[in-house]
Amino acid sequence: MPLSTISQSQDEQYVLLAILDNARNLSNILKAITCKDHAIFTATANGLKVTVEDSKCMQANAFIQADVFQEFTLKEDLVVFQINLTVLLDCLNIFGGNTAAGVSTALRLCYRGYGHPLTLFLEEGGVVTVCKINTQEPEEPIDFEFSSSDVTNKVILQSESLKEAFSELDMTSEVLQITMSPSQPYFRLSTFGNSGNAHYDYPKDSDMMELFQCNKTQTNRYKMSLLKPSTKALAISCKVSVRTDSRGVLSLQYLVRNDDGQICFVEYFCCPDEEVEEE
Amino acid sequence: MKFRGKITDIACLNHFTRVVTTIAKLTKTCVLQLTPDNLFFILSGKVTNGGVGMRCQLLQANFFHEYQMEGVSSELNQICLEVGPDNLSRALKTVQCAKSVKIKLSKKHCACLSISAELPTLSSVSRVVTHDVPVEVIPRRLWQEFQEDNMADFDVSIYLPPLKTMKNVVDRMKNLSNFLVMEANLKGEMNLKIQTDLVSVSTHFKDLGNPPWGEDSSQDGGLSQSRDPESMAEVTVDIRKLQQFLVGQQVNPSKAMCNMVHQSAVHLILLHEDVSLQYFLPAVA
Repeated sequence: MPLSTISQSQDEQYVLLAILDNARNLSNILKAITCKDHAIFTATANGLKVTVEDSKCMQANAFIQADVFQEFTLKEDLVVFQINLTVLLDCLNIFGGNTAAGVSTALRLCYRGYGHPLTLFLEEGGVVTVCKINTQEPEEPIDFEFSSSDVTNKVILQSESLKEAFSELDMTSEVLQITMSPSQPYFRLSTFGNSGNAHYDYPKDSDMMELFQCNKTQTNRYKMSLLKPSTKALAISCKVSVRTDSRGVLSLQYLVRNDDGQICFVEYFCCPDEEVEEE
Repeated sequence: MKFRGKITDIACLNHFTRVVTTIAKLTKTCVLQLTPDNLFFILSGKVTNGGVGMRCQLLQANFFHEYQMEGVSSELNQICLEVGPDNLSRALKTVQCAKSVKIKLSKKHCACLSISAELPTLSSVSRVVTHDVPVEVIPRRLWQEFQEDNMADFDVSIYLPPLKTMKNVVDRMKNLSNFLVMEANLKGEMNLKIQTDLVSVSTHFKDLGNPPWGEDSSQDGGLSQSRDPESMAEVTVDIRKLQQFLVGQQVNPSKAMCNMVHQSAVHLILLHEDVSLQYFLPAVA
């Protein structure tokens, strides 16, 4: 196999080396967080975390655990670099991102350390592609200080039910209003668009509702333009957890199952648009 | 000057339509050259179209049930027309179910290729739909442009990898860069490369094989015999032009190959049983 012969001798020089039999397992999850070009890669012994931010108000994180990779070797405790995500995705899909069964692109991802490019070796059907993507000075990601102890309301839904609602959302509305409450209407999505207002209510005992833990009625508005990119993660996920803390910061956690049945997570944080007076 | 052809077989009609559609994807206008045995669609490499050239040859007998033509004179028995292949393709697509299609050079308001299709009907009265595609008759003094000129001695000739794979790679590379470097040697290896400020990508194909040019006709076989098999011929091309060529391919050819003149041109050749398509891509400076 050509991939294993390439630069075997150079393996020692890499601070990060990750091997994946199916590059789609990485590209699919990265696709779900592409809303801006620049992504911060943080590699630890646990795996890879990829962070994308928009307008200092929204942050998307993709977590790919180390055991998703066939091999994941890290020479340092922490490796951080920034990279152009659009370019990386084009490289990962260089062979067309084949969906046909039995055909997959093998990937070897290497990084030699600060100042070096990220090198990808991709192989499909005996054809080898080598990509060298220049890395950039990593920016410090925003800390949303979202702690699970401060969570006011939390629901876990089957993604199926939210997909339907999101596909029908009135995109002419500037904001999406989320109401979570221990009493009626429990969990409500509202839009205020050109053609009128719309509300989507979820009863708390619905089959789609896996968990309903609401302590206090909370109504917050979030910019539609910031939430829109999260629908890409929703589309490939099977479960979603919607949480808000006392400040109204929204956390959306998506559980994504890849082609090989392994589980990855995508997390979104979004700041509320403005305070809404509660009645 | 006369031309009249009739296609009666539906498979031939589909095939002919496919070829014309492929041409339409490559160019807005081209020259249709009619000779007693062949039809040629020709785009000569002019500066206005970035130096890209095309030549597609169709053996008339493989498509037409009846084929009559009378050229400008008996010693120059051919007709050259300027056509918009898109118009032809659109007309042909609407008559895919016809019992027979006649293509005729006619004079209406202007010179036209009239495509008359006899459509199937349940009654005894037949229905005929005619499309008139305007064409321009090209005078004889401009004909020398359309003669097939021999490719300058190429440095490397190589079979292309599966066009679908190549298209996928070129599509992605087009997102990243405007120019692509094609490299090939006589060991059956071909590389596609791009390089920008952000990224460098190179795709390596191997074991493609090199077509045996001129081995049976002459012993010396030109430059290629004396060439070091490892040494790469390299041409930088406009990635959009290459992509355009790859997008247009609707059927997998029986043979696809590429001749390269180091730092000057790429000549892509696709051979089907009855159609041959050649595409010339000049190097960008």
